[in-house]
Amino acid sequence: MCLGIPGRVDKIEGEMATVEFGGADRQVSLELVPGEVNVGDYVLVHAGFALERIDEDEARETLQMLKEAIGLETSQ
Amino acid sequence: MKHRSEYRNPLLAGAIADRINRISRKPCSFMEFCGGHTLTIARHGIGSMLSERINLLSGPGCPVCVTPMEEVDLMSALAGLPDVIVATYGDMLRVPGSKASLLERRAEGADVRVVYSSYDAVELAMSNPHRQVVFFGIGFETTAPATAAAVLKASSLGLENFSVISAHKTTPPIIAALLSSGEMRLDGLVCPGHVSVITGVAPYRQAAAQGVSCVITGFEPVDILQAVLMLVEQVEQGRSEVEIQYSRTVRDEGNPRALRIMERVFAPVASNWRGIGVVPGSGLEVREQYCAFNARNRFDITLPETDEPAGCICGRILRGAASPADCPLFAGRCTPTSPVGACMVSSEGACQAHFRFRGHARL
Repeated sequence: MCLGIPGRVDKIEGEMATVEFGGADRQVSLELVPGEVNVGDYVLVHAGFALERIDEDEARETLQMLKEAIGLETSQ
Repeated sequence: MKHRSEYRNPLLAGAIADRINRISRKPCSFMEFCGGHTLTIARHGIGSMLSERINLLSGPGCPVCVTPMEEVDLMSALAGLPDVIVATYGDMLRVPGSKASLLERRAEGADVRVVYSSYDAVELAMSNPHRQVVFFGIGFETTAPATAAAVLKASSLGLENFSVISAHKTTPPIIAALLSSGEMRLDGLVCPGHVSVITGVAPYRQAAAQGVSCVITGFEPVDILQAVLMLVEQVEQGRSEVEIQYSRTVRDEGNPRALRIMERVFAPVASNWRGIGVVPGSGLEVREQYCAFNARNRFDITLPETDEPAGCICGRILRGAASPADCPLFAGRCTPTSPVGACMVSSEGACQAHFRFRGHARL
C-alpha cells in the first residue's frame, strides 16, 4: 500500500488525470498535488492519488552527480 | 526518464556498494521505516552487497503489520452487520483477526470489497444508497490524506451512508518512541521517501539532533544504496543531519496541500501499534466536526481484548530487535499461504519479504 508508483500523465480533466504506468492506464486524482501538473509530467501515485510531481531535472542531476562521485562514466 | 530502470542499473549499484565498503570503517546499524524499503532490500539482496560492518534493520514501517488485531476484529464485526459494505485496500484482506480475517468473513457471506482508492469507497456509497459503506483507512502519511479527502468529498456530497474507521498512524511519534526505548543502538535512519513527500524533513530533525544520521530515501536499489553511502559518509565524518537522497520527489517542506487536508479532517490521538504498544499522539482520529463520518460513532460495537498469537515475535521484529529468522514459527508454522503473524501477511512485511527472497535475491 505504501508502494507509490511513478506514472506519466496522459490526460487531465479537472482534478482527475489519466496516468500511464508501464502500459496500464489509471484514473488518478490530482487534488493532493501542491503545484501545477501538465500532460507529460511524471507523478508519484499512491492508492489513486497523485502525491507529487517528479522533478525530471533534479532526477537527472542527482544521478549524474552520483555517477561522478563514484567514478562511473556519466554516459552510462 | 522512466524513473525506474535508471535506478536498477546493476553496474551503478555494484559501484556504489564498492564505494560504501571502501569508506566504511565503523560498525553501524541503519533502520528503514517503510515496507517499500523492506521489500527492495530483500528483493535485490542489498544486505549481501554490503560489508558486515553495516547492519540493515527493518522498523515498524509496514502499515498492515502495525495495525493491531482489535482493528481487524472491529472491521470484521462491522462486516457482519446487515446492510453494511466494508471497503478496504487489498493488503488488509488476509490479516488474521482474533477469530477471522476479512477474507474469511467474506467467504461466510459478509460484503467486503477491495478498493484501489478511498474515492472508490465514496462511489460505492453513492451507488448503494440503502446500505452503509465503511472504509477502513490504514497506512501512514501517504494514505491518510486520501482518507481525509474521501471524508471531505462525502461531506460535500452530503452522503449519509459513508463513514471511515481510521487506523492511520504517523511517523514522528514512533521514531521518537523507538529511539528512546534503548532496545537497540541506531546510527542512522533510512527515512521513508513517500511519507516524506507529505511531511518533508521535519519528522527527522529530532533524531538528527540526538546524533542519528537521517537520509530520506527512494525505493529503487540505487536509491537505497546511495542513501546507505550518504549515511556511512555522515557516520564516518561524525555528522548527524537530515539529507534528502530522494530529491526528485521530496521537498524540504513536504506537501502543504496534503498536510492541510489531513489536518483539517484528523486530530492526533494515542494509538496502539501491534507488537509495540500504545504510542501517544501517533494515531489519527476523525475530528469532531466530521464525526458523522466516523464509523466508531455511527456503529456501537464493543469487542473483547485480543492476544497476539502464541510464539509469534512480530513485535520484536517490528521494533528491529529481532530478525524473521529468529522466530521459531518462521517458514514452519508461519508462511505467506498460512500466516500466523502480521509481518508474514503483507508483501511489505519483513517476514514475507525474507521468506520470498531467501537465497534468490538479485538486482
